Amino acid sequence: MATITTTPIYDEDSLIEEYGYEDHFHDHHHGDKYQSNFITHYIFSQDHKIIAKQFLITGMFWAVIGGLMSLVFRLQLGFPEESLAWLQPVLGKWINVNEAGIGTLDPQFYYALVTMHGTIIVFFVLTAGLSGTFSNLLIPLQLGARDMASPLLNMLSYWFFFLAGVIMFASLFLNTGPFSGGWTAYPPLSELPQASSGSGAGMTLWATSLVFFVVSVLLGGVNYITTVLNLRTKGMGMWKMPLTIWAFFVTAIIGLLSFPVLVSAFFLVLCDRELGTSFFLSEIFVNGEALERVGGSPVLYQHLFWFLGHPEVYIIILPAMGLVSEVLAVSARKPIFGYKAMVFSILAIAFLSFIVWAHHMFMSGVNPFISNFFVVFTLIIAVPSAVKVFNWIATIYQGNFRFTSASLFGIGFVSMFISGGLTGIFLGNSAIDIQMHDTYFVVAHFHIVMGVAAFFGMYAGVYHWFPKMYGRFMNETLGKIHFWGTMIGAYAIFWPMHYLGMAGVPRRYYSFETFDAFKHFADMNKFITVAAIVVFLLQLLLLVNFFYSIFKGKLVTTKNPWGATTLEWTTPINAGHGNWEGKIPSVHRWAYDYGKDGKEFIPQYVPLTEEEKASGDIH
Amino acid sequence: MATDTAVHEDLHTEQGGEWDGGKAPFKASYGKLMMWYFLLSDAFTFAGFLIAYGTTRFMMPSWPVPDFVFSTAPLGIHEWFPGDKAPLIFVTFMSFLLIVSSVTMVRGVQEGHRENKRGVIFWMLLTIIGGIGFLSCQAWEWNNLINEEHMSVTRNPFGTHTENGTYLHDDGSESTELVEAGKSYLIHMAGHGHHGDHDEGHAAHADNFEIPAVIPAAGIDRPGYFLDQEGFKHRKYKLTTGPDAGSIAVEEFGPKGFGALFFFITGFHGFHVLSGVVFLLIILINVASGVYVKRKNGYEMVEKIGLYWHFVDLVWVFVFLVFYLI
Repeated sequence: MATITTTPIYDEDSLIEEYGYEDHFHDHHHGDKYQSNFITHYIFSQDHKIIAKQFLITGMFWAVIGGLMSLVFRLQLGFPEESLAWLQPVLGKWINVNEAGIGTLDPQFYYALVTMHGTIIVFFVLTAGLSGTFSNLLIPLQLGARDMASPLLNMLSYWFFFLAGVIMFASLFLNTGPFSGGWTAYPPLSELPQASSGSGAGMTLWATSLVFFVVSVLLGGVNYITTVLNLRTKGMGMWKMPLTIWAFFVTAIIGLLSFPVLVSAFFLVLCDRELGTSFFLSEIFVNGEALERVGGSPVLYQHLFWFLGHPEVYIIILPAMGLVSEVLAVSARKPIFGYKAMVFSILAIAFLSFIVWAHHMFMSGVNPFISNFFVVFTLIIAVPSAVKVFNWIATIYQGNFRFTSASLFGIGFVSMFISGGLTGIFLGNSAIDIQMHDTYFVVAHFHIVMGVAAFFGMYAGVYHWFPKMYGRFMNETLGKIHFWGTMIGAYAIFWPMHYLGMAGVPRRYYSFETFDAFKHFADMNKFITVAAIVVFLLQLLLLVNFFYSIFKGKLVTTKNPWGATTLEWTTPINAGHGNWEGKIPSVHRWAYDYGKDGKEFIPQYVPLTEEEKASGDIH
Repeated sequence: MATDTAVHEDLHTEQGGEWDGGKAPFKASYGKLMMWYFLLSDAFTFAGFLIAYGTTRFMMPSWPVPDFVFSTAPLGIHEWFPGDKAPLIFVTFMSFLLIVSSVTMVRGVQEGHRENKRGVIFWMLLTIIGGIGFLSCQAWEWNNLINEEHMSVTRNPFGTHTENGTYLHDDGSESTELVEAGKSYLIHMAGHGHHGDHDEGHAAHADNFEIPAVIPAAGIDRPGYFLDQEGFKHRKYKLTTGPDAGSIAVEEFGPKGFGALFFFITGFHGFHVLSGVVFLLIILINVASGVYVKRKNGYEMVEKIGLYWHFVDLVWVFVFLVFYLI
């Protein structure tokens, strides 16, 4: 169905010329002054569209690394008896080969893999690769802005992310291995070099990398918020913005308020590590001797960490929600159901995300009475989430639905969000959490709800906006194979994990062979590992499709191939820096006028008719 | 332009002039907004630190009394005060300097709005002097704490009594000096003169005792004091109240977190002041060379750095509150 082409039913150029907003952009020729040569066009570019592509492709690179890591530790979990000697050329000394030639994964490195998998996917792929990509691409385009408020800071935002990536990548090759204390980096594992081999240089590089990453997020976030508030085109009131923009806007606010607290925790961790303070250390025995480091509180670190950590999951999921809302409305050819309810639930989720952090800490020894508070607000988050799910379903209900790769991933997102969200309600209860804490039930929950779901939202966005990014379509057949395989495969991986978790199988364990209670899950673990390998290979299909289509995909011939109402489809097919060649279109209606007054869709730049003005039915 | 006006009116009539585009909400340019958002995020960083401070402090059974810890001043000024103690006098002066520098900053911004270049230069210069003055005071305070009173990020010689009693002389006999619950003490390093040492009688005593060249790892236990390996002289005292009345106790170091948090948080704030001074200087040079005259935007860059400067001041108010007042 890549061939959907909608004949322009509006004379776009004359409408924009007549009603558009003249900002004298082209009088000064500053549109492309930064892009005079290859380096300033493709590398140190200040064009938000190029920066978006940089974020996306860097995110893909990290997704492959993070995915491969999970395969290695899944092999260990699924096939603990099999020799991993064939991995020795890649992993070197982390595969211990015995005299019989049987290779086993080094347990220390197993922990490093688990830690790095989490860190990379959460921060580099699903924060930078998702919000970084689509906020950059869509905020100026959908708002009718020439670029971000500060293109320079925007460029720096990418390069700080790049620097963070270089440091993290370097840590993978340390003699002592990368950090191995879990992506949450709880002290004392993250503070005492003697705690594990990754706690030395590995942790120093890990923390340094993430400090730069936070700088990147803050530079980006300040830019996104300011752009949304200040650079909207004429007529683009807040209530006329597409839900994508609402989602990116609120995501940026959450990031701006939560990442600084993470940084304060990291600074204190670095002091503990490098200066010998004891902010997060107290009463620790190493080899039977008490350390001098007393007076701190490891639980304090957990509070500071999860004050970011919980909003972080909404930083990941909100952009996906925004992308899916847009893709589903365009594909169903129907207005989004409950636009204002969608906006208010985004705001409610954002607010609540700041007062639920300690539900990650029910087992850390926090006061049970305080836990009650966090239980209540955690459960209340289900309300706005359910509103959104209801609205997505109501949006596609009885729509003239186009089953494209993008829309299939949109539906897949809703499915994953429901499945993963429901288990969240169990985990949010402190009483049940005592049983479920740190088991595979938790692993299944968060992988489905913020891992797979966020990836699905991202894929929906990539397939849908690829024509805007590269002026070509991606291959739909490959896209659909990718979707169905991933949809079934992701459930095959994570559904069984719920049963493991309910039986009490703890996460992060290297091996279960010595546990009588968990031995009989060996076949289930094999099944999960096989499914994981298949799903990973399917993702390569996306990469092949993506890079092939950049150069050889079917050319886009009309500006608005999906028949969408939003402004990004009014720019030239391969828009330069500055986005619009002439005037910026002005906005007269909301972004979801599909199937109104017998017309298939009415873009945002089309002025209201006399009847619409008279009826007062203006969104 | 004619079309512009037409569109404008069109929107005005049909949508109540909801959003015109191109204009800034909150009557602030994007640069100023970005500064506000940066300050908001920075406020959360400081909030993280201050919450860490509160948590650590209230986990501890005792905490040094600020009136006792911060009671010295340069040039022996504290000797003008009763008991040779000038509680919070010096830090009050420091804070005054910083707050006055905020006032001069306000005047600089005001002159900028009036496009008065000379005025901006004059008031920015005063602001920079205030900032440098504050940093110099902080340098003296840190030097005094580190080199005279031997506090560090891992050691806090300021303790607080939780019981009542009487101090012992070096030879183990009871003195008339009282130990009072809730009062702080400073554990001196033997053989050092101290600005903070207001106990002349005791210092005279200290002269009598010999400090060995090498102190054994276990320290030296004497009837009236305990000399630890690093040379700190922990005085002994006899408890007079409570269930353990009559037994001998030794002065312990105070909670380590005090030193670590003090140096970390005031250091982080001081780093902000230092960056502020550097940015003020850069902008001052730009002002003087007439960069902002051409922009004709009421010296907005001065206003932006002004926002930052006031923020740094505001943070100091909180730091001052938690470290010095409470």
